[in-house]
Amino acid sequence: MNRISGNKLLVKALREEGVDTIFGYPGACTIDISDELYKQDYTKVILPRQEVALVHEADAYARTTGKVGVCLVTSGPGATNLVTGLATAYYDSVPLVCFTGQVARHLIGNDAFQEVDIVGITRSITKYGVTVRNREDLGKIIKEAFYIARTGRPGPVLIDLPKDVMGELGDASYPSEVNIRGYKPNTHVHVGQLKRSIKMLQKAKRPLFLAGGGIMISGARKEFTEVAEKTNVPVITTVMGRGAIPTNHPLYIGNVGMHGAYASNMAVSECDLLFSIGTRFNDRITGKLHSFAPKAQIVHIDIDTAAISKNVQVDVPIVADAKGALEKMIEYVEACDTKDWLSKIDGWKTEHPLVMKKKPIMTPQNVLDAINRLFDEAIIVTDVGQHQMFTAQFAEITEKKQLIMSGGLGTMGYGLPGAIGAKIGNPDKPVISISGDGGMQMNIQEIATAVLEELPIISCIFNNNNLGMVRQWQKLFYGKRYSMTCLHSGAACRGKCGEVSCPPYTPDFVKLAESYGAKGIHISKKEEIESAFLEAMKSQKTPYILEFDIDPEDLVYPMIQPGGTLEDMILDC
Amino acid sequence: MSGNGMKKRWISLYVENQVGVLSKISGLFSGKSYNMDSLTVGTTEDPTVSRMTIATVSDNETFEQIKKQLNRMVEVIKVIDFTDVFVRMKEILYVKVRKCTPEDKVELFQIAETFKAKVIDYGKDSLLLEFVQTATKNDAVIKLMKEEFHSIEVVRGGSVGIESISMMER
Repeated sequence: MNRISGNKLLVKALREEGVDTIFGYPGACTIDISDELYKQDYTKVILPRQEVALVHEADAYARTTGKVGVCLVTSGPGATNLVTGLATAYYDSVPLVCFTGQVARHLIGNDAFQEVDIVGITRSITKYGVTVRNREDLGKIIKEAFYIARTGRPGPVLIDLPKDVMGELGDASYPSEVNIRGYKPNTHVHVGQLKRSIKMLQKAKRPLFLAGGGIMISGARKEFTEVAEKTNVPVITTVMGRGAIPTNHPLYIGNVGMHGAYASNMAVSECDLLFSIGTRFNDRITGKLHSFAPKAQIVHIDIDTAAISKNVQVDVPIVADAKGALEKMIEYVEACDTKDWLSKIDGWKTEHPLVMKKKPIMTPQNVLDAINRLFDEAIIVTDVGQHQMFTAQFAEITEKKQLIMSGGLGTMGYGLPGAIGAKIGNPDKPVISISGDGGMQMNIQEIATAVLEELPIISCIFNNNNLGMVRQWQKLFYGKRYSMTCLHSGAACRGKCGEVSCPPYTPDFVKLAESYGAKGIHISKKEEIESAFLEAMKSQKTPYILEFDIDPEDLVYPMIQPGGTLEDMILDC
Repeated sequence: MSGNGMKKRWISLYVENQVGVLSKISGLFSGKSYNMDSLTVGTTEDPTVSRMTIATVSDNETFEQIKKQLNRMVEVIKVIDFTDVFVRMKEILYVKVRKCTPEDKVELFQIAETFKAKVIDYGKDSLLLEFVQTATKNDAVIKLMKEEFHSIEVVRGGSVGIESISMMER
């Protein structure tokens, strides 16, 4: 029998799983795996500058390709650096398989050099995690990991690889089938329940679709749009579901929730049937739970049983994959009489349209309008903060566009690595990231990765010199006490804000970009926006950093007070 | 979420007999702030499978969540709700009583007889009792013994349960 090392089997498994790209950072415990990867040419290895960014890159790669994102990092600090990224992927249901190095079995538990219990540390933020304790289990475990990561509600899986297990010789075969007795993801749709929900939909006077990220994950945008069109029922989305129906579609109202459109939040409060698909009714969506959709019966389709009736009590629960359910719905649904309801919604749209105040200086909306105008096709990646909400509000997401972000965990620093992962997975699509100056600095070292991988991404920085979203709360709810949010602040002004002049802003993003070998453009006037994008769009290999001067007084509206009800919106101050 | 069917409930779980599974289950309860009254675990006739009995005090909604969250764990093979089914369920309890007077000892033997407990060890001024009964009855025994005697030491095992074949009682 042909016997090979665990390291060889891992590389073979990657090939059999069709993994043509992995994101890896080396170390003592994984050096033998690196060596095996060196000897082959099927799987391309991307070398980011930091594991924290590495896992975001694999995450965005997975979100924009539909494939499983694969990470390889060493033990100890290499592994612990994955934590934030794993939680990010877990909350947004992103399929990842992360291989972590581990010290040899006889050293486990001895506080050996670079030893941590990474399976223990990540237990609550992975779908599944396991240490391979026997060489003969390796193939089965890898096979199961890929299956678990991509099926059901997708999620990250972590495999911990002790160095001696990987060096041991064993069976060379990689299994072709999976059978896990405790894991049987639901694949079929309960047609009875679905028909019941459709009956309710046809009878409702004011029906409303709430589309969540589940529709995007299952690749059901086309099917969903068809159902909405066939029934003539209006649509609101969560930020993760934005684009489930093209945002310029007449049936689309807007995002719902904390920074949702006025008309969307009013529609939820007034609808008599809320037909929701692929959302977990996060607190940022519902506001105060008791007053969420007070007049409505609720239908909830979700692949995850545990997501149903977790936050909101549901009248008709349907456990199903969004695409499967929507395909069935296309067969059964008929047009609903929603004429009066749609005109009521139009009234709300006209009453308080979603627009930023026009100002002589550049606003975030000016930049996003330019992106809408200039790009027919794009993957837009955001970081976390005000710019993320501006993007979620104003970026048009039509059929050929996709919006991704850290929606559930709200991880600052996702933007730039996200754009890198997306571009590596989609070399032919324009990829734009939008970050604040805070989030950009959390993973700024990745400009090096983008330069070396020759990725012509366009990385936009909305620079307001502040941690804007927290500052917005301070402005509205904390008496303008701007504690810890000014990125000028330091020793020179401590305790003397307003009395002494502000220390100069650092870094100079344009110079920084240039020092990495990227191109930087500083844009301070709206007239310069378009030309900057036009230049960046021509780039074949060089990443562009576009720094936009944004007024810190531009706030995200509407806004629901934390813990407030959806009807109770702050529209402007 | 409170005041809605708040009561004691039991779950029987079949899980993979693997390293870390117990920690994963207990981590779920602590991470999501679920109450865990007791948990027992042991292997079954199949050495690759362990069986747990978990007691929790929770309301209807939380309990539904607990079952769903357990079900979606890869290592959990089967979740059975023991709350409203006929089961046989017992808990072992040891009570060591120290500083006994001769009268105390007489009383302890009477207690043992009344509660169908066994006196399993004996010293000059101490006695060790073993109770195998429902957790609720053990609660009552502990309360009684605490009132009656100065120095007691208690250890209990947590309930283990199995579905009844014919009996319609716990």
